[in-house]
Amino acid sequence: MTITTPNTGTNRVARKGRLSPSKTVTFTFDGKQLNAMHGDTLASALIANGIHLAGRSFKYHRPRGILGSGAEEPNALMDIARDKIRTQPNVRATTQEVFDGLIAKTQNYYPSITFDVGGINNVLAPFFSAGFYYKTFMWPKQAWKKLYEPVIREAAGLGHAPKEADPDRYANRFAHCDVMIVGGGAAGLMAAKTAAKAGKKVIICDENPEFGGWLLAEGEASIDGIPAAEWAAKTVADLVAMANVKLLSRTTAFGYYAQNMVTLAERITDHLALPDADAPRERLWQVRAKNVILATGAIERHLVFADNDRPGIMLSSAARMYLNHYGVAVGQNVGVYTACDSAWHAALELQEAGVKVVAIIDMRSNPDEQLIARAKALGIPVRTGSAVTKTSGKLRVKSMTVEPIGDHLTEKFEIDALIMSGGWTPSVHLFSQSRGKLKFDEPNGRFIPDIHVEQCVSIGSCNGTNEIDAALAEAISASNAVTGKKAGKAPKTMGFASMEGHLIGSAKGAGPDDHVMAFIDYQNDVCAKDVRLAVREGMHSIEHVKRYTTTGMATDQGKMSNMHGLAIAAEALGKEIPAVGLTTFRSPYTPVTFGTIVNHAKGDLFDVTRRTPMHGWAEDQGAVFEDVGNWKRAWYFPKAGEDMHAAVSRECKTTREVAGIFDASTLGKIEVVGPDAVKFMELMYTNPWEKLKVGMCRYGIMCREDGFVYDDGVVGRLAEDRFHVTTTTGGAPRVLIMMEDYLQTEFPDWKVSLTSTSEQWAVIGVQGPKAREIISSLVEDIDLSADAMPHMAIREGKICGVPTRLMRVSFTGELGFEINVPADYGQSVWEAIWDIGSPMGMVPYGTEAMHVMRAEKGFIIVGQDTDGTVTPYDAAVGWAVGKKKTDFVGIRGLKRPDLIAEGRRQLVGLRTKNSKVVLEEGAQIVVDPNQPIPMKMIGFVTSSYWSETLGHSIAMALVENGFNLKGETLYVPMPNETIAVEVCDPIFYDKEGARLNV
Amino acid sequence: MSKSASNTMTAMRVGPLDGLLFASNGISLTPAPSGTRLVIRARAEAQAEAKKLLGFALPTKPKTSIIKGDVHCLWIGPDEFLVIDVDGSGLPAKFEKAGNGKLAAIDVSHRNTAIIVSGPNAVDALNSGCPQDLSLEAFPVGAASRTILGKAEMILYRTSEAEFRVECWRSFSDYVWKYLVDAVKSV
Repeated sequence: MTITTPNTGTNRVARKGRLSPSKTVTFTFDGKQLNAMHGDTLASALIANGIHLAGRSFKYHRPRGILGSGAEEPNALMDIARDKIRTQPNVRATTQEVFDGLIAKTQNYYPSITFDVGGINNVLAPFFSAGFYYKTFMWPKQAWKKLYEPVIREAAGLGHAPKEADPDRYANRFAHCDVMIVGGGAAGLMAAKTAAKAGKKVIICDENPEFGGWLLAEGEASIDGIPAAEWAAKTVADLVAMANVKLLSRTTAFGYYAQNMVTLAERITDHLALPDADAPRERLWQVRAKNVILATGAIERHLVFADNDRPGIMLSSAARMYLNHYGVAVGQNVGVYTACDSAWHAALELQEAGVKVVAIIDMRSNPDEQLIARAKALGIPVRTGSAVTKTSGKLRVKSMTVEPIGDHLTEKFEIDALIMSGGWTPSVHLFSQSRGKLKFDEPNGRFIPDIHVEQCVSIGSCNGTNEIDAALAEAISASNAVTGKKAGKAPKTMGFASMEGHLIGSAKGAGPDDHVMAFIDYQNDVCAKDVRLAVREGMHSIEHVKRYTTTGMATDQGKMSNMHGLAIAAEALGKEIPAVGLTTFRSPYTPVTFGTIVNHAKGDLFDVTRRTPMHGWAEDQGAVFEDVGNWKRAWYFPKAGEDMHAAVSRECKTTREVAGIFDASTLGKIEVVGPDAVKFMELMYTNPWEKLKVGMCRYGIMCREDGFVYDDGVVGRLAEDRFHVTTTTGGAPRVLIMMEDYLQTEFPDWKVSLTSTSEQWAVIGVQGPKAREIISSLVEDIDLSADAMPHMAIREGKICGVPTRLMRVSFTGELGFEINVPADYGQSVWEAIWDIGSPMGMVPYGTEAMHVMRAEKGFIIVGQDTDGTVTPYDAAVGWAVGKKKTDFVGIRGLKRPDLIAEGRRQLVGLRTKNSKVVLEEGAQIVVDPNQPIPMKMIGFVTSSYWSETLGHSIAMALVENGFNLKGETLYVPMPNETIAVEVCDPIFYDKEGARLNV
Repeated sequence: MSKSASNTMTAMRVGPLDGLLFASNGISLTPAPSGTRLVIRARAEAQAEAKKLLGFALPTKPKTSIIKGDVHCLWIGPDEFLVIDVDGSGLPAKFEKAGNGKLAAIDVSHRNTAIIVSGPNAVDALNSGCPQDLSLEAFPVGAASRTILGKAEMILYRTSEAEFRVECWRSFSDYVWKYLVDAVKSV
C-alpha cells in the first residue's frame, strides 16, 4: 500500500523551503479546492499551484497578481472567510496563513475575475485622470447627493464588509517594559538577546508567524556557522526560555504615540482551523516602553515601467522568499529586471534550483563584475544598461521587451514571471509616527532616520544599515546603550547577498507620455503620468500631489510607492527631492480591525450601565426604564393594557390621593465635613447657610462664575460641621469636580473635605397623604409627627433596624419623606415599605410621574427648564439668592449688565386655551402669529405635560419679560396649527402648600 | 409615635454581586465579603488623632497601605485614606463621634463593593483594562492605587503576589465584574 500525499502544487521545488510536505491543508480559492502545506501563506500556496491572478485593481479593474511576500503587498487583497459570518475583505494573501477550511475569494470584478465588465475602466483610462472626481462631478450640486455619491460609493472600494454582527471576541492588554523591540529580523533578535541577557524586561514583536524577517528568505547565508533561518529559530528558543522576555509573533506594531506608547495588534486565531471558542481573535497591546528599538527592516521597491502590473510581475525579494522559505518557484521562465544587486541573487538562486532565468536586465551600465560572472557561468543572458519597456500577457505576463537605455533596438523574451528590484526603502513608518525627523540619503536614494524625538533608536535596514555585520553591531550597541553595559559580540556571518543599487522615479518607457500605464501605486492605481499631471495642474506640494492622485494613501500607506511618487514629482517640479519633502506616515502601519480597537467594549461592556439597589424589584413589577446618563431609571410602571399616558396619569393621581413610592437613589450626594464646611457651603451656593439649623434642610442653587444656574438640590445639615448635600442625578460628578476645583485651587487652607456618598445611600421616596402612616411602624428613634419633624427636617435614626437619614422633603407637593438607607439594605427596606403601603393603595411611580408632579408645583429641573444661560432670577428662584451675602460663586456674574437688563427670558407657566392640547417641549413662542416669516420668537416651551390631577395640560416656558406678561395671550406656531396660550404663574397646584404641611 | 418600632423585621444586606463566582485560565473572581469601609480625610496635623482612633498610624507614602488585623488602610491621596475592615465589625462606630474639627470620617461601607481577583495570571486579567504597571517591582504587595478598569474607576489593592482586591462603586460593579470575566476568558 502506498500513501499518496496530496498535490500541494506543481511549482514546488525539490529540496527547497522549510515547510514539511507531510503536513498539508485544504482550502478553497474562488470555489476551487486546493492543497497547501502547513505554514504556507495563501500567496505561496497559490503560486505553488501556478496561480498569479489574484484580483482586479481598484480603479481600472486591471488583472493583478501577487507582488510581494508580506505586509507590503498592494495587489493580492482577498476576502477571507472561515464561515458565513466570519468573513473579512481586503486581507493580504501574502500574510494570511492557510488552514483547513479557509475560503478565499478574489475581489473587485463582475462577473468573473477572468472576464470583468469593470475592465471597461481600463479602456476608458484616459478619461479617469488624476483628480477625475474633483473635475467631473462638480455640477450640478444637487446631483451629488442623489446620483454621484451613491453610484461612486457603490463602485468604489475593494471588497464588501459582512453585514452580520461580528461574533468573535477581542481583547486588550496594557503592558510595560524596559525595551520594546519592533521587528524580529536579524537586528531585532540580536538587540533582544543583548538586552534580555542584561536582565531587561523585553517585548519583541514581529508581524509574521515566524521570527527572522528577511533571514527566512536567505538560501545559503549563515550566522554563527548555522543557516540564517536556523540562527533565528535558535535565538528565539533562547529568548522564549527567559522569563523577562515576551515574544509576540503575528503581531504588528501599528502605531507609535507620545511618551513611547506603541500599539500592537496580535492576531491570535486567524491561522487556526478550529480556534478555541473562548479565545479572542485578536488582541490589542498598548505598550508603554522605557526604550523603543525600531528594527522594522526595509521593503523592496518595484520599478516603474510600462505595464509593470501584469500578474507574474513581482518583487525579487518575494521570489527569494517563496523559493527559500516556502520551496515555491514563482515561474518556470523568469525574467529579471533590476537596478539593485538583490535581484541578481534571486536570479542566481532560481537558476541553481532548476528554474530557467531567461535574462537579467540591469539598468545600470556597470553592475558588480562578480555577479555578472556568476550569471554567465550559470548560462543566464545578461543585458546591462538596458530597460524593460513593454510587457505583454493579459492574465499572466507572457513576454518582456528590452531596450538598451540609449538606443531603440528591441529584443523580446518569452517569460511567465518577471522579478524586479528598484532597491530598498527603509520602513520608517513608526519612526515617522513618533515625530522623528528624516534625512535624505542622496547616494542611496532613500530617507533614513535622523533626529529621534522619543526615547527610541532605529537599527538595521530601517536605519539604512543594509550590511548584515553592521546591522548586528548596531543592534548590540543599541541594547548596550539601554543597559549601560558593554556586552555581546556580533556573531560571524557568511554568504549574505548585497543590497546595493537603486532607482527611484520612473524608468525608461514610463513617460513622459500621457498614456503609458506605468504604475507607482498599485493599490490606488496611480501611474507616473498622474503625478506629472498633478504637478502640471498646480499641485506643488507633495501633500497636495498625494491627495490629488491618491498615491500612498489608504491602507497601503505608500510602502512601495512613496519614493517613486516623490522622485517623479520632484523631477516634474524641477526641485531636489528633500525640497519637495515626504508625506506624513499615518497610523495604522497595516489595517487594524475595528474589533481590535474596540476590544472588550462591546455588548454589555460598550459602556457602564448603572442600576440602583431596587432595580430588580422595579424590573419584576414590569417597569419601563429610561436612560439618565449611565443610569437606568424606572420611567413608569404600566399595568396590563396601560399605555404610558394611562400609567403616568394613574401614578400621579394615586400618589396625590393615597401615596406613591419612588426610587430616588440616583441623586448625587456629597458629604461636606469640617470646621469650614458652612463657610464652604456659603461660597458654593447662592443661599445663606449660617443660620440653617442642625436637623433642617434647605433647597440650594449653585451657579457658575458667570451667574448661570449650574445645579440644584436639597441640602441637610447633620451637624454644625457636616452637610448632606444632594445634587441632580446627571450633575453629581461635575458638581463634585467644581467643588473640588475651588477647594483645591482657591481655598486649599480651608478645613473642609468633600466625599461622594451618592452610592452609599439608597433613597426611597414615599410621597402622598398616607406617607407618614405607611412608614411610621418601621421607623425607630425618630418622632415623625408634624410638630417634631416639620417639612424640610432631616433626622438620623433607624428604619427596619438599620441606620437611616430620614428627610421630610417633597418634590411632588405632597407630604413626603426621602428615606436614605445604606445601599445594600435598599431593596429590603423598600420591600418592607411596599408590604405595608401596597394594601393601603400605594403605587410605585417612575420618573415621568415625578416630572409631571413637580411641574404641577412649578419646581424646575436644572437642564430642562434651564439651559446654561438662565440665572436664578430668570428661573423664578431668585428667592434662593442670599440678599445679604457678600460672596458666592456667581455673585459678580449676576451683576453683569446683560444679566440685569430688561427683556431677559423668564420662567413662566403656560396654559393652552384649549385645555386638552399638550404643547411640544421646545416649541417656539411668538406674540403675533400673523407676522411674516421669519417670526420673532420670544421664548420656548421647556416642560409640558398632561395633568390628570388638574384635568388640563400644563407647561413651563422661558419667555422674554415673562414675569410681566402674566395673563397675556401668546402663540405657539406649529406646522399644522397655531396654539394660543395664556401666560400664568408656574405653580399650578396647591399654591399655598397646604398639602405639604400636614 | 412610639420610640420603638412595632415592626421588628431587620433589613437584609444584599450586595450587588452576591452569588457570583467565576474561574478560568488560572484566575478566580470572587465577590469580597461585605465589610465596612471609611473614607478618612486627615491632613498632616490630624494624623495623631487618626492614629488614636485607628490604633495605628496612617500610611504616608503614595500607593502604599498599612494592615493591622482585619483593618486595611490605603493611601488614596495626600489627605485621603480608605479604611477597609474586611470582617465588617464596627469600624464606623469607632469614628462616629470623631472630632470633625481634626479629621473627617465618612462611612462608605455600601458605596463600594469589592471583587477578589486571584491566581497566577491575575495581573494579565487586570491589565486587560488597567493601564498601570502591575509588575511586583512597580506594584508590590500592599500597593494600592485609584485607577481605572476599562471605563470604570476602581481602587486596586494588591493583597498578595497573586491576589488583588478591586474596590469599585456599587453601581459600577456589574460592569467591572463583566469586564473581568471577559478579561479572564481572554488571558
